[in-house]
Amino acid sequence: MSLNKLTIKEARDGLRQKKFSSLELTKACLEQIKKHNPTLNAFITVCEKEALETAKKSDELASQGDALKAMPLLGIPIAFKDLFSTKGIKTTAASKVLNNYIPTYDATVVKKLKDAGAIIIGKTNCDAWAHGSSGENSDFGPTKNPWNTEYVPGGSSSGSAASLVADMCLASTGTDTGGSIRLPASFCNVVGLKPTYGRVSRYGIIAMASSLDSIGHFTKTVEDSALLLNVIAGKDEFDATTPGVDVQNYIKNLNAGVKDIKIGIPKEYIAKGLDKTVQTRFEQALRALESLGAIIQEISLPHTEYGIAVYYIIQPSEVSSNLARYDGIRYGHGREKFGDEAKRRIMLGTYTLSAGYYDAYYKKAMQVRTLIKKDFDEAFTKVDAIVTPVSPTPPWKLGEKVSDPLKMYLSDIFTVTANLAGIPGLSVPMGFEGGLPVGMQVLGPQFSEELLFSVGHLYEQAIDWHNQKPKL
Amino acid sequence: MKSDESHVARLANLKIKEKEKKKFQKQLSSILEYISKLQEVDTKNIEITSQVTGLENILREDEVKPSLSQEEVLSNAKSTQNGLFKVKAILE
Repeated sequence: MSLNKLTIKEARDGLRQKKFSSLELTKACLEQIKKHNPTLNAFITVCEKEALETAKKSDELASQGDALKAMPLLGIPIAFKDLFSTKGIKTTAASKVLNNYIPTYDATVVKKLKDAGAIIIGKTNCDAWAHGSSGENSDFGPTKNPWNTEYVPGGSSSGSAASLVADMCLASTGTDTGGSIRLPASFCNVVGLKPTYGRVSRYGIIAMASSLDSIGHFTKTVEDSALLLNVIAGKDEFDATTPGVDVQNYIKNLNAGVKDIKIGIPKEYIAKGLDKTVQTRFEQALRALESLGAIIQEISLPHTEYGIAVYYIIQPSEVSSNLARYDGIRYGHGREKFGDEAKRRIMLGTYTLSAGYYDAYYKKAMQVRTLIKKDFDEAFTKVDAIVTPVSPTPPWKLGEKVSDPLKMYLSDIFTVTANLAGIPGLSVPMGFEGGLPVGMQVLGPQFSEELLFSVGHLYEQAIDWHNQKPKL
Repeated sequence: MKSDESHVARLANLKIKEKEKKKFQKQLSSILEYISKLQEVDTKNIEITSQVTGLENILREDEVKPSLSQEEVLSNAKSTQNGLFKVKAILE
């Protein structure tokens, strides 16, 4: 088996048993990138030189004692969405505004992963400023779906999901403001975690909408996802929105199972607009969960249909504020370099916040956000977790929605509500339709990641979709 | 949003080309029409949610700690002078 195909756990075991070196592992990923990145366009920057140097250092460290035990990711190549500030490595947010920007510090998550021994293999493509559901809003060209290059890989973390399923890295990082981890994870057949808002520090990650941005990752298995969260979760003195809630050992109860766990299915999600083929896959997944011991019951999230409208007021408002800093004076280029989608969102947000419209749009949206959050609070008094399809449709063709922004926005209808409520969501592979993957998300109350992992892990082990790989 | 568009672009410090205006107008109008559906929700006496952590007034001791050097801070600027960012004159 090629080394680049390994999971983090398998690679760690192999490194510990000295079956191969980190240098060999890193070279295997770099070779895969060289071979397939020209077609997939998953990376904006490949850090070949730095990665090889770090790999050599990792091997030296590993040979000198207990470093492999103390550093859970020693010698493991990870790809970073190009929104994560990486000291000395160009960070563009996939926008031409920042095409020459070299951060002078690491994001907290980058620092934590580096301290744990991870190797930065490269910076992945995405929708510029993370604005998009397909990856097509990148100023550096769209990423292609490795399962069929005529289709979108999902966005905004398009390159992170595509590079992982194409085995160019062992894991990748992402950001999820309205579905930007869960959607590409489902369209590429990998596991995607959007943690509870505040569970992972946002410091040093180029901000999109600050009350919604969640920092997470893509992995080949649920177990790897738990392993990474163990490293990156926790309070950060540089991000005042990270509560001091204890960080659990997310691996510990991975095998807790789902026996007698109550899982809610929101009836509003099984409504018009849900593709029949996705519904069929979803019903199969529910039967599987039931046969594993879970209790499935219908619930209601009555304000679901207002999710996108609330999201497309709050998010552009925060975007317009966050993107105000790009003036070309301290770093990057001037505002004339913004692409169309950034301009649309800046104008929309400026409008909804402007004098005379604030109450009708922004305040109203924040009130309906309360109702959406209450829907979930109430649901979680009856059930332990909620499962839904990640997307109402399978992946669509490149170009299909680019000229109709509203149509593109509506693709996030099942994912945005988790961001509005601040709850965690785990996207796991749910099967295929016409050779393209679809995913299921498991949602839980704030800080219930441990439960999401045990549900996801059991389903994954029983169904085994995650071992399917695209023919490149 | 028709009449407001130039005003909004000015507030946002964006220059929109004439030929782009029509496209944006159409797209933004359809989005605004869609989000107006919130008006049908009864929100009387409903509190706002501006954040979900419940955290307030996070303070720390005012201690001097290491930070980025002046050189690092200026390293991405296009135009600097005497260790400062150089900007166009704002006041004559």
